[in-house]
Amino acid sequence: MPDYETHEYDVLVIGAGGAGLRAAIEASAQGARTALVCKSLLGKAHTVMAEGGIAAALGNVYEQDNWQVHFRDTMRGGKMLNNWRMAQLHAQEAPDRVHELENWGALFDRTADGRILQRDFGGHRYARLAHVGDRTGLEMIRTLQQHAVHNGIDVFMECTISRLLKDGDRVSGAIGYWRESGKVIVFNAKAVVLATGGVGKAFKITSNSWEYTGDGHSLAYWAGADLIDMECVQFHPTGMVWPPSVRGILVTEGVRGDGGTLTNSDGVQFMFNYITPYFASETADTIEEAERWYDDKRNNRRTPNLLPRDEVARAINSEVKAGRGSPHGGVFLDIASRRSAEYIRRRLPSMYHQFKQLADVDITATAMEVGPTMHYIMGGVRVDADTAQSTVPGLFAAGECAGGMHGANRLGGNSLSDLLVFGRRAGLGAAEYAGNLRATPKLDQEALDGVVKEMFSPFDHGSAAENPYTIQHELQDTMHTLVGIIRNKSELDEAMVQVRGYQERAQRAGVEGHRQYNPGWHLSIDLKSMLTVSEAIARAAETRKESRGGHTRDDYPDPSPEWGKVNVVVRQGPGGDMRISTEPLPQMPADLQALFEEAH
Amino acid sequence: MVRTIMRVFRGDSTGGQYEEYPVEVSEGQVVLDVIHTVQAEQALDLAVRWNCKAGKCGSCSAEVNGKPRLMCMTRMNLFEPGATITVAPMKTFPLIRDLVTDVSFNYEVAKTIPAFKPRPPEADGTYRMMQEDIDRGQEFRKCIECFLCQNVCHVIRDHPENKPNFAGPRFFVRLAELDMHPLDTVDRLELARKDAGIGYCNITKCCTEVCPEDIHITDNAIIPLKERVADRYYDPLRWIGRKLKGK
Ligand SMILES: Cc1cc2nc3c(=O)[nH]c(=O)nc-3n(C[C@H](O)[C@H](O)[C@H](O)COP(=O)(O)OP(=O)(O)OC[C@H]3O[C@@H](n4cnc5c(N)ncnc54)[C@H](O)[C@@H]3O)c2cc1C
Ligand code: SF4
Ligand code: SF4
Ligand code: FES
Repeated sequence: MPDYETHEYDVLVIGAGGAGLRAAIEASAQGARTALVCKSLLGKAHTVMAEGGIAAALGNVYEQDNWQVHFRDTMRGGKMLNNWRMAQLHAQEAPDRVHELENWGALFDRTADGRILQRDFGGHRYARLAHVGDRTGLEMIRTLQQHAVHNGIDVFMECTISRLLKDGDRVSGAIGYWRESGKVIVFNAKAVVLATGGVGKAFKITSNSWEYTGDGHSLAYWAGADLIDMECVQFHPTGMVWPPSVRGILVTEGVRGDGGTLTNSDGVQFMFNYITPYFASETADTIEEAERWYDDKRNNRRTPNLLPRDEVARAINSEVKAGRGSPHGGVFLDIASRRSAEYIRRRLPSMYHQFKQLADVDITATAMEVGPTMHYIMGGVRVDADTAQSTVPGLFAAGECAGGMHGANRLGGNSLSDLLVFGRRAGLGAAEYAGNLRATPKLDQEALDGVVKEMFSPFDHGSAAENPYTIQHELQDTMHTLVGIIRNKSELDEAMVQVRGYQERAQRAGVEGHRQYNPGWHLSIDLKSMLTVSEAIARAAETRKESRGGHTRDDYPDPSPEWGKVNVVVRQGPGGDMRISTEPLPQMPADLQALFEEAH
Repeated sequence: MVRTIMRVFRGDSTGGQYEEYPVEVSEGQVVLDVIHTVQAEQALDLAVRWNCKAGKCGSCSAEVNGKPRLMCMTRMNLFEPGATITVAPMKTFPLIRDLVTDVSFNYEVAKTIPAFKPRPPEADGTYRMMQEDIDRGQEFRKCIECFLCQNVCHVIRDHPENKPNFAGPRFFVRLAELDMHPLDTVDRLELARKDAGIGYCNITKCCTEVCPEDIHITDNAIIPLKERVADRYYDPLRWIGRKLKGK
């Protein structure tokens, strides 16, 4: 039995992106002894990569904007599958959270009268995204990080949590390892906040980094918490497609927000052919009206280039399938014809840089080639909207790993605001819960020993070991081809068979060498959570027999009113088997429902 | 596909050596892609840091053919096809393993910089700031904390003993940013002079040359900061002189 260190805290926050940092700041401000753990170095979490902006109804550019309009856009964008209470709190509190960042030193781009500037984004009725060029996430994470450093939070960097620990029904802490030394570390905590982000690394073409292995989703699931909406996966319409090595890297929606249009190989603005009845009343149906909208937003309807992401991604997918794609299997995204080189370089500096350096393309002169890339998971840990507590006492979740807020499809910009609103609420909820517990729950020594043994097993497989990288690559292929943008029963069934095969092989995944900073070993451990979320996604997708938002079935191409009333819930059965059920959505009160009945 | 030899440093704090890995390089690949190929096929335990693969997180800093660079933004076609490429960890920081170094020095320095403290807001509870007043601050806030500037600065690269007395270019950028922030109220000039040791910098500009974010570290951050420090502490006359010249 290897030695390990144990740390005791009131609140343990797992994940140091926007959600985790905001949660830790809040818990600590409430007087809770707080630890913050992350797999990478501090400041490198996914949040740093966010580009376009933070959605908040500040009303700085359009004073008609308010939380009700933002709430309505969010619910409609999510195809009404959202937890209404989360969407309401989010829309109401996002403006305060953005101003708070400014109080902590953030420098957002300004309007002419010196207020925070807001930009257009898909599915948002008004220009709503507070931003800094196209590096908003960097501004956000640095501001939070710099604020947190002075708040007495203990940070454990490059430390990976492998399992949560429980005392009876309650959470009692977590166990993990230091990446640098491979040594075991144990946390004994009254409350745990999960803020681990998403699952993108289970897919082949993704905008996500190596960290996105679905750890938080799996940690919660293994601890007995419910996951919801796991079938709802967002494919961002615009990822890079060429050269192959950069395939999937994100091209911000800000390109379209700032005037970019999508065309196919015939030079046609094809989005006009994909306006669904659901959005028809608010979308321009002629090029003339769409063109006028850029300068006169009051009297014209929005360009279909800015329909929500699920709509645009499916449209691009269809154009490519119909043989109207670009040379490398995408479509064209052109901002150079509308905007000056100076404008593009000022508003979209990192896109300019990224294309220039990685693809030899000058976006101020030529169109980009873009195509869908797996970007975000709407599904996640089921939480109480007000406190962010999961179905396991003492376990909280916020940010991308939590479910409900975005329903079947997330609007751009609504994640960064989600991180702040629910990060803060999770920090509050966890601190309050911890404050009400008299004693720290006990660590279960037997469970702990079992986890340690499993963690080190990849070193025991010798030459018969499976290469973890190979299993990961095969899994990514499976998820991409069989559980991608368009799904059907036979492919999903096949995906589940394949995933089970990988699960079996992953038990023998092995590495050579020692425990010190050994990425092959780390991946062998991460595979377990990647496979758990892959199974959950495939099974939930098989269950929902309709198409809605980020879940499209060609064997059930339409939304169904019945399926629109339920969440698909994933939880672990007593024998460790995965159980799927459907449960009714929380009921929206009448005053909010009225917002959807008003003439638009 | 072009066959290339990657010469990669393998080792830890106790020592190490370069090892050669032959790999096939395909179109458009960057150094980080090729390192990943080596890792997946030949050296499963090769240690390397990365996250975004798009020049946004500052994780993948290393020395490629002796030059400090982000591996994810270094295209393979920068080099002669088929030439051997040498990849080494950053030299200024203690080695953990292979290409991964212990950059905790930077996180320790960050803690010593007093927090931002804003003036009171306008009557409506928010702030007004003009874009032209924050342009410079936004340039500094592009910093992705890749620490390549810290790595290349000879004050600590060649003299590790200076580390306790020298914050390094990354943190001069941070100090300058706070100093020019329209809302901030804290005076950090004494810190810049004394604990951060800005006087050690002799404006070689090596830091500016390696900054992947094109921050003009020396011209826009260090020199103005040095002048502010000099004005205050050493030379009130020069301050008057500059005022008269209208600079
Ligand atoms: C390229 C890109 C651009 C985007 N642009 C926008 C945008 O403009 N606007 C917007 O609203 N959204 C955007 N998004 C989405 C948004 O950035 C993410 O959804 C959001 O940042 C997730 O934040 P988080 O706090 O939930 O997790 P992250 O920021 O991903 O942080 C996760 C943290 O958890 C840690 N972690 C994970 N597993 C473990 C473990 N087992 N043990 C310990 N620590 C662990 C990680 O180390 C990390 O610190 C973008 C996403 C991408 C990829
Ligand atoms: S200019 Fe100053 S800080 Fe920059 S590398 Fe030279 S000595 Fe170091
Ligand atoms: S200033 Fe430039 S080189 Fe230095 S850490 Fe920041 S981004 Fe890297
Ligand atoms: S991996 Fe993020 S900068 Fe290279």
